[in-house]
Amino acid sequence: MSKSVERHLLSDSGLDITKLESALATIHRHDTDYADLYFQSSQHESWVLEDGIIKEGSYNIERGVGVRAISGEKTGFAYSDEISEDALMKACKAARGIAPSGGTQQVSALDEKPLTARYSENNPILAMQDAEKISLLRSVDAYIRQQEPSVNQVVVSISGVYEEILVAGSDGTLATDIRPLVRLNCSVLLENGDRRERGSSGAGGRYAYAFFQSDENGKPLYENLADEALHMARVNMQAVAAPAGAMPVVLGNGWPGVLLHEAVGHGLEGDFNRKGASTFSGRIGERVAAKGVTVVDDGTLSDRRGSLSVDDEGTATQHNVLIEDGILKGYMQDKHNAKLMGVAPTGNGRRESYAHLPMPRMTNTYMLEGQHDPQEIIASIERGIYAPNFAGGQVDITSGKFVFSSAEAYLIENGKITAPVKGATLIGNGPEVMQKISMIGNDVALDKGIGVCGKDGQSVPVGVGQPTLKIDELTVGGTA
Amino acid sequence: MQIEQQLSEIQNVVDDVLKMALSKGATQAEASMSKVQGIAVSSRMQEVENVEFTNDGGLGISVYVGKRKGSASTADLSKAALTLAVEKAVDIARYTSEDPCTGLADAELIATEFPDLDLYHPQELDTEKAIKTTIETEAAAMNYDPRITNSDGASYNANLGMRVYGNTHGINAGYPSSRYSLSCMVIGSQDNDMQRDYAYTVDRQAPLLKSAAFVGQEAAKATVDRLGARKINTANVPVLFHKDLASSLFGHYVGAISGGSLYRRSSFLLDSLDKQVFPEWMNIEEKPLIKSGLASSSFDNEGVSCSDMTIVDGGRLATYLYTTYSARKLNTVSNGHAGGIHNWIVGDTGHSDADLLKEMGTGLFVTELMGQGVNIVTGDYSRGAAGFWVENGIIQYPVHEITIAGDLRDMFKNIVAIGKDKDVRGSVQTGSVLVNQMKIAGN
Repeated sequence: MSKSVERHLLSDSGLDITKLESALATIHRHDTDYADLYFQSSQHESWVLEDGIIKEGSYNIERGVGVRAISGEKTGFAYSDEISEDALMKACKAARGIAPSGGTQQVSALDEKPLTARYSENNPILAMQDAEKISLLRSVDAYIRQQEPSVNQVVVSISGVYEEILVAGSDGTLATDIRPLVRLNCSVLLENGDRRERGSSGAGGRYAYAFFQSDENGKPLYENLADEALHMARVNMQAVAAPAGAMPVVLGNGWPGVLLHEAVGHGLEGDFNRKGASTFSGRIGERVAAKGVTVVDDGTLSDRRGSLSVDDEGTATQHNVLIEDGILKGYMQDKHNAKLMGVAPTGNGRRESYAHLPMPRMTNTYMLEGQHDPQEIIASIERGIYAPNFAGGQVDITSGKFVFSSAEAYLIENGKITAPVKGATLIGNGPEVMQKISMIGNDVALDKGIGVCGKDGQSVPVGVGQPTLKIDELTVGGTA
Repeated sequence: MQIEQQLSEIQNVVDDVLKMALSKGATQAEASMSKVQGIAVSSRMQEVENVEFTNDGGLGISVYVGKRKGSASTADLSKAALTLAVEKAVDIARYTSEDPCTGLADAELIATEFPDLDLYHPQELDTEKAIKTTIETEAAAMNYDPRITNSDGASYNANLGMRVYGNTHGINAGYPSSRYSLSCMVIGSQDNDMQRDYAYTVDRQAPLLKSAAFVGQEAAKATVDRLGARKINTANVPVLFHKDLASSLFGHYVGAISGGSLYRRSSFLLDSLDKQVFPEWMNIEEKPLIKSGLASSSFDNEGVSCSDMTIVDGGRLATYLYTTYSARKLNTVSNGHAGGIHNWIVGDTGHSDADLLKEMGTGLFVTELMGQGVNIVTGDYSRGAAGFWVENGIIQYPVHEITIAGDLRDMFKNIVAIGKDKDVRGSVQTGSVLVNQMKIAGN
């Protein structure tokens, strides 16, 4: 166990492992099956450059403990922004109120299992001097203005998070984790007469800010991000109205994997399936996607935004195959839903903070690659859309309907990419669209590390990815 | 502890933090602090599911060292964390740039009167009673129709809190408030189709919430009405936005007329002051001081006094929405919109919902919108939708898996009627909105 995490979250507040065991025992004096304590301390900073000046800087502190007591399908939950023995016991007594007194469950001695670290423990906020963070922002701004002197607005921001967590469960689970996370975003606005268009890009992951200065294809990464934002704005300046109706759609590799996140990811979360609320409920072993489609959720990838060494319930993350060659293989589980469904947890129990209950969530969700050259995929289409970049999406897991909105897209005419088209929402039905995937590219990529997933009001960082894909028919919500 | 005493304790913390900021080198400072206690109870399949005791608080501070700004916030309210937050904010202000527009709101705009807006109606946080309510709500939904086969649950939330704002011009004001809500989501099945929908009620006064039976039945009715939904063909048709989601259209308008979008030139409504953007019969009034209003406040997040304001007058854009910073960037003064809008009342054409369907004749009645496909820079609008196909003013069948698209400028101008029955559960109170033509994409 990280000694520093144990010191910051426990001993500095007069707590130790024995006191955690007795807190858990307090809960088990009521008729509960499982209980856990989640200690968290995090620091978050952000810096914003706008109008060529460093306009904003902010620093945020969060610290507290959440206590959960489970009895059958019922959960009691309480938390405190103060870490102390008194506050902990008070929260334990509130949470155990979910069940009547007279429990028989014993607390197992807390025992830590070895974990494989998936990222560094360094604090990104301290790893770079503030002056150097400022100069990084200025470099991005200067590069953009040099590339496009007529640019109207440039906004560049960086943010860094350093988080320590400790989770103790009545089944003996004991785990700590240190989770760094950084992000850089840039946004530009081009203006020409009455026409204005924005372009944006971003990247991030569980490393230090120096990542943004690292070389990518012979340039610092931040220059590539700036190029990407400018490219999107320039393309959109030329965009014509998007078509309306059902047509073939080619999705680019990487970030367009938001398709998988919406079309199948949420629908394969264990809670929805335990409740029979998902369009994928009860369909394990059935064909839910075209042959050749293999989708995984993998929290173990090094340094990725959606990666975790251990989930928020103390379960090590895994490489989970969700769909294999088109057949539904399994759901993503937290402890509670796994137990109720009689399966093992998969390392997908996540929570926004100590003040939120854990639930099954995605980590990095992506599709494995296929055989086709991306050019060959484009060439196969007479009239359709090529969409290499997206904004967010949303899904109704019960009906299976999902949407995602293009941020950069083009017409495909007679096998060739032609005019750029304005942003449009694409809508489909998850299981149907997955069966209409007819060509899978040989160019799998993960996104650059900007995904935020929202569920029940809780936000967590996630990753997505895929190769270039051809979907035979998807409804494109343009105006033409 | 009495609420007055809690409030004055928080005011003391804010005062201390402001003094500390000045002592550490700030020339101006502002701080806001909130504390909210509550319960969140849910049931599923008429059994209790979760009981959560919520207890959230936080302090945010911004300091100004000359014309440089630094901010910090903390959810940990210990003395050590508060001190660290102030130190960090002052430290950050050493690295941010001089910005002539930065600083506290102009002293003469700061609120000096704090009328009681009747926002605080405390009630004991009784989990047993809350559980009983959610189970009753679900029962009403599950028993409504045999096609309701499953439930995503019902939940009851009660929150009692307070908010305090202070700055070094001398304001240090706060008020307690309460908020109660009850919601329910159920699942219906028919043949191979599975659909879900929900209903909710929210009020500052618990006794004024709609009944459990009402919320449950509304959720169930909305769900069964969706069963058997189909896609329709791509077409140009009139679209009626149900009042429950019509406020989103005015939400996009808020984004487009906010000072922050204007000085960044990121709005499709630049240089549109006094221009006709809606039909001539349309007005929008902002009423920040409505008693017990869900979005009522006598001052904004910078302490600027809020008062009644005409937002849209005879269809013309009567005012933009400014914060102190965006106003200075645009050479004007704040009009109290730091933190958002306060109770917009959208004028109507006196139509009932049935009249609106008749007025539309043949078209799409939208009851759900999905996704974020709205571009405030360009006005391009494209969202996923579900609802009902209407012919000759009569609902024919449910539709889904379609999009509706247009340009917000045209959509606003082409509003032909607004219903008199308003949804009052949010910061924009509006009836259903009929837009005479949009592009539907389907088959």
